[in-house]
Amino acid sequence: MSSDIDEAEEAVRVRFIVNGRKVACEVAPRDTLVDCLRNSLELTGTHAGCEMGACGACLVRLDGRAVHACLMFAVQADGARIDTIEGLSESGDIADLQAEFHRRNALQCGFCTPGMLINAHELLSRLAEPSRAAIRDALSGNFCRCTGYEAIVDAIAAVADARAAKASQKGSPE
Amino acid sequence: MKARAFSYRRAYTVDEALDAHASNGDDARFIAGGQSLVPALALRLQAPRILIDINHIEELRGVTREGEWLRIGALTRHCEMLTEPLIAEFAPLLRAAAPFVAHPAIRNRGTLGGSVALADPASEFPAMMLALDAEIEIAGASGRRRVRADEFFIDLFETAAAPGELVTAIFVPRFRCNQRICFDELARRRGDYALVGCGMQATCKDGLIEGIRIAFFSVGNVPTRARSAEAAVSGGRIDAERIAAAQAALDSDLAPPESDEVPPAMRLHLARVLLGRLLGRLGEVA
Ligand SMILES: Cc1cc2nc3c(=O)[nH]c(=O)nc-3n(C[C@H](O)[C@H](O)[C@H](O)COP(=O)(O)OP(=O)(O)OC[C@H]3O[C@@H](n4cnc5c(N)ncnc54)[C@H](O)[C@@H]3O)c2cc1C
Ligand code: FES
Ligand code: FES
Repeated sequence: MSSDIDEAEEAVRVRFIVNGRKVACEVAPRDTLVDCLRNSLELTGTHAGCEMGACGACLVRLDGRAVHACLMFAVQADGARIDTIEGLSESGDIADLQAEFHRRNALQCGFCTPGMLINAHELLSRLAEPSRAAIRDALSGNFCRCTGYEAIVDAIAAVADARAAKASQKGSPE
Repeated sequence: MKARAFSYRRAYTVDEALDAHASNGDDARFIAGGQSLVPALALRLQAPRILIDINHIEELRGVTREGEWLRIGALTRHCEMLTEPLIAEFAPLLRAAAPFVAHPAIRNRGTLGGSVALADPASEFPAMMLALDAEIEIAGASGRRRVRADEFFIDLFETAAAPGELVTAIFVPRFRCNQRICFDELARRRGDYALVGCGMQATCKDGLIEGIRIAFFSVGNVPTRARSAEAAVSGGRIDAERIAAAQAALDSDLAPPESDEVPPAMRLHLARVLLGRLLGRLGEVA
């Protein structure tokens, strides 16, 4: 049978590009990406809620797509490009979403907010003018225990409208 | 909520993955999208000693036409069902089902091969394999073989792919212009597993149903074809009488087991309601 030595955890060196910066760290194979981001890289904007794919608090972007950081192991992400809420905030890409969430009280405790923003950002990059139903649908995997969702949907719809208005202004001849 | 310690190995070829599994036996698991496996590990429902990551096996990727078949690589992600033009053209039933599978971020990772290999009876895609008359390609110690969906799903989480064998691709007979599809499910909340769900593909001629395959999920231990209902609507025009006959026939097709969530009689009732709606829609486009 297995001895204590067998049970000792191996450490694996992984490298990613997190928020545009190359980083390397040592992880055990069973460490999830969310634990690695929060504990080893001290990027605590990515939240760990249910740790089983149900709440959406842990969403990050992996090679450009929103994924649950609790549903993959850090070793699996070796070599990948990861963007967390910190990186998206710094980049200014979601500044309008953040401002609108703030303005409409689309957050209270803020636990769900990073995941909401990452999902909203992906939705709006795929679909320029989503219906309210499409927004609700896109958020179906994000739990918010505070707001009741209405203000979140309002905020995303308002940003979609504002972006569309801006785009049509740009597109129209002087 | 932490998995038991395991070691991790990336496979780059099918043979490498099969060998790694063979040398570890029951202690090994393949990981594809991880969207079912990782929660199972976190809850310690499973505690393998080695995970074999198949995400980097190039051969398992891609959607291609091969003569009369559409080959969909096992690693094709759920989200690609919504965006891949070949799927829309040659396997539209998968496209119709995809928005009902989990939530967007889970669809970004989850794979068709993983869903079919897992064979969760509440999952959309395994049942659609039946409706499509698809074939599942399996790689094992003795080489490759293709198994018809009708023979693939054996029992709860048990398939024709033995532990240690790899599902490498799904082959779907290409969709024809005289075929029609319909899909829907009843769930408490979008993205949740369905209380009951159904997809169908019919071959039509002059408004008559020449042949039809109707598959249900969330109705028992395995995804299930409703063969008596199929017979009830085949060979004629879809009208109220045929729909009623098909609904009645479900009694002999489905035997939902006792469950805490939904009593069998209610599930059967929901299946009849759903079948009625879908056949009604099919009748309009046949
Ligand atoms: C919150 C939540 C909601 C969900 N809702 C739904 C839903 O509504 N409908 C639905 O259908 N699914 C749902 N899922 C599951 C999701 O669709 C999974 O992606 C899918 O079931 C499994 O695919 P995967 O690639 O993630 O497989 P994994 O989780 O990687 O693997 C699942 C199992 O299959 C085996 N396996 C994987 N690939 C292969 C292969 N190629 N050959 C042999 N064995 C293989 C693994 O060893 C493992 O045992 C949900 C998941 C979550 C977390
Ligand atoms: S922590 Fe990942 S979904 Fe809840
Ligand atoms: S603001 Fe508290 S959970 Fe959403």
